[in-house]
Amino acid sequence: LSFIYFKTMVFTRFVEVGRVVVINFGPDAGKIATIIDIVDGKRVLIDGPQSVTGIHRQVIGVRRISLTDIVVAKLPRNSTQKNLLKAWTEQNTLATWEATAWAKKTKAKAARANTSDFDRFKIMVAKKQKSKIISDKLAQLA
Amino acid sequence: HASLSIMGKKAVRTGLKRFKGDGNKTHAPSKPIGKNASFHRSGRWAVLKKNGGKWPVAKKVAKDDKASKKAPRFYPGEDVPKPFDRRNVAKRAKLRDSITPGTVLILLAGRFRGKRVVFLKQLESGLLLVTGPFKINGVPLRRINQAFAIATSAEVSVAGIDTSKFDDAYFAKPKSKSVKNADGFFAAETQKQELSADRKNDQKTVDTKILDAVKKTEFMRPYLNARFSLSKGQKPHAMVF
Repeated sequence: LSFIYFKTMVFTRFVEVGRVVVINFGPDAGKIATIIDIVDGKRVLIDGPQSVTGIHRQVIGVRRISLTDIVVAKLPRNSTQKNLLKAWTEQNTLATWEATAWAKKTKAKAARANTSDFDRFKIMVAKKQKSKIISDKLAQLA
Repeated sequence: HASLSIMGKKAVRTGLKRFKGDGNKTHAPSKPIGKNASFHRSGRWAVLKKNGGKWPVAKKVAKDDKASKKAPRFYPGEDVPKPFDRRNVAKRAKLRDSITPGTVLILLAGRFRGKRVVFLKQLESGLLLVTGPFKINGVPLRRINQAFAIATSAEVSVAGIDTSKFDDAYFAKPKSKSVKNADGFFAAETQKQELSADRKNDQKTVDTKILDAVKKTEFMRPYLNARFSLSKGQKPHAMVF
């Protein structure tokens, strides 16, 4: 895949079979899927696996997805869902994804958006307590 | 043939009858044109039949004999506009699903705007009965409009609190006597109404139970004490309460 002219490649994330992608747009926005085949220059065939990510097998425009660093290695083109699921479980793809800073940020953002008024109050109190500890310590050192 | 749609009903029926009765022989249907056919089609034949062969005559309305009535002694110099009869009675506002007894509400308007209060029940007028509790945030037993409250997901248990004695009449303002003389009109009429002992006792009875429930949840007391406000970047329509 890589024609190494230089020591380092300019691009590192490629649209290839096995590439894990994040869907940006549409009803499934925010979910991840795997590229299992390429249709043309603008479209790819993706699949969840459905039981793991909730994405069904579908053709999607490349503009609607964001490539991640994760690739499901040695995935044959147009693999069945059974094989895809097998590859995912063997390579711990979901765990690799959730360990990334990207995934953690998305999760934190969603959690913050869902805080209730009472939760927001408790967070505010906790922040105040934390800053008090810090400022007290700082005053001690000064 | 003329199409069936432009023929009158009777013409069609008679035409079909002849058609049905004669097996294979074909007959022309009765003519849809002509004075007779159009008379039937217009419905005027039906009116005649209903009225027994005669044209109906409108009933004569008996005229009021105005000459016998005397002119009234007094009548207004100008036409006084008469207001319309209003028969629409406003229904009690439907209580939002998110508001249940014990829900913490955020008041959005009025003297206690921004305060978080505990909801007790909806009164007959549709207004909501809430209480601070008074010891926590200074809000007494009060009526508020549902439209000026945000329901949060936080709840305080109000089980066992008897709110049956509270209704709209309980909160009605006592009618102040209007002062007729000129001196009284301009005089400082605002006499501070001392709150009756009954009201204070009612407040206490309701609040003690709520305070016990508030103690059980951590941070609930300071939460009810604090006022709600929006900070930079917060969008109420995007916030979860």
